[in-house]
Amino acid sequence: MDALIKIVNLTVGYDKTPVLKGVNLEIFDNDFLGVIGPNGGGKTTLLKAILGLLKPFEGKIEFRNDIQGKKKPIGYLPQVRHIDRKFPITVFDVVKSGLMMLNGSKSSVSVKQRVNDLLNEMGIFEIKDKAIGELSGGQMQRVYLCRALISNPKILILDEPDTFVDNRFEGELYEKLRILNQDIAIILVSHDMGTIVKYVKTIACVNEKLHYHSSNQITQKDLDEYNCPIQIIKYGEVPHIFLKHHHK
Amino acid sequence: MSTVIELFKYDFFLKAFVAAVFASISCGIIGGYIVSRRIVFISGGITHASFGGIGLAFFLGFNPILGAVIFAIFSALGIQFFTKVAEIREDSSIAIWWSLGMALGIIFVFLTPGYTPNLMSYLFGNILTVSVLELWFMFALNVVIISFFAIFFNEILYIAFDEEFAKTAGLPVGFFNYLIMSIIALTVVLNIRVVGIILILSLLTVPQATANLFTNNFRKLLILSSVFAFAGAISGLFISYFLDIPSGAAIIFTLVLMFGILRLMKVFI
Repeated sequence: MDALIKIVNLTVGYDKTPVLKGVNLEIFDNDFLGVIGPNGGGKTTLLKAILGLLKPFEGKIEFRNDIQGKKKPIGYLPQVRHIDRKFPITVFDVVKSGLMMLNGSKSSVSVKQRVNDLLNEMGIFEIKDKAIGELSGGQMQRVYLCRALISNPKILILDEPDTFVDNRFEGELYEKLRILNQDIAIILVSHDMGTIVKYVKTIACVNEKLHYHSSNQITQKDLDEYNCPIQIIKYGEVPHIFLKHHHK
Repeated sequence: MSTVIELFKYDFFLKAFVAAVFASISCGIIGGYIVSRRIVFISGGITHASFGGIGLAFFLGFNPILGAVIFAIFSALGIQFFTKVAEIREDSSIAIWWSLGMALGIIFVFLTPGYTPNLMSYLFGNILTVSVLELWFMFALNVVIISFFAIFFNEILYIAFDEEFAKTAGLPVGFFNYLIMSIIALTVVLNIRVVGIILILSLLTVPQATANLFTNNFRKLLILSSVFAFAGAISGLFISYFLDIPSGAAIIFTLVLMFGILRLMKVFI
């Protein structure tokens, strides 16, 4: 099977400053790719390039024929901290906005039904008329996941979905992603290495360049080799480096 | 009560009433958008910059509203240019255009020979002197705003809420932003005669704050804002007539008072 997305020699960034240089990457059906790297290394930049929000300086991003076109079936969950929580909008309208590219092709009755069904499935039907400002972190994340999924995408892109989320919902979220992954490809940016090694299938280390790691087992040695300066620690655990230092 | 009804026999009062209806609808909707998107300050900049156009019109002897439209659109583009191309911080470029427009207005008015009696009505508004031609302009503006928001409600909401997400869905975000910015400029300018340049920001923000006490639904917020704007404008109009105080200021005072009372009621009830 051909790659869903094929990135060839991509250089991209903001204004005239490149953040990523010479990136090559292929995403296939049912991939679950974890994207890791230091802050400012280009993780979000890579996502934005795939989503078409940034134009490549060099190189290209190709999509397979069935997901071609302006209205690509890509679901996107952005970093929640960039969203204005005081905006006067209800949960129902946020989720419905995930269908904006399909506008006109569906009657309003079936749109309503579709939104309600998904809200039910995600267990947040009862908060559908609440304003987004009234939600907890976990509810908020579920709402944005619904918005990303309502268009039945072939690829789901998530940018740090585990920020502001309690442990219980984090577990539910990744379990949900594991099931979704049976049908669609997932690209996940996360700071949490514990999550990455537990749920993803392959890893991309991004720090100006992209190094592809074709399994979810990654060692500190691999990371050093990829010039990817992050520590493999689970959030809340004591870092190895600190322990070593302490025992001296 | 009978004096209130008798007031409507007067031509000037009837026109003022119709102006209040039109101003409430346009400012209610556009203000709801402005507040939700947090672009109150940029709207203030455009409003004040339009004073330069009014001054220029006085100096050269053409319709002040036309001068205001030109300066409003020019400053909206100027702020965009300063921010995006010349890389000046957005709040600073707004302040530059804001004060430049006011300064040009004062210079032009100073240079205009003779007395300019209408100047105060542009700065502070006088709903009682609105002309029939101005009412037709306001009517046209209301038709444009209502049809635009009715047809493109979803697009407007989605872009206002999350511009980036709207871009990924292929919506023409840049086009919509420029279009709405032009409509904001027109709304501000065509409503200047009602409350004036200095006070129009309140018609764009206070009814919205009041409406926001009762709803977080964007559609309801726009409608409710218009309702509260209308309540404030009409009460202000009567207060202005019976107490013989300036109408613009009376309207603003009523709007804020209404907000204050309803806000307090929410605390205690």
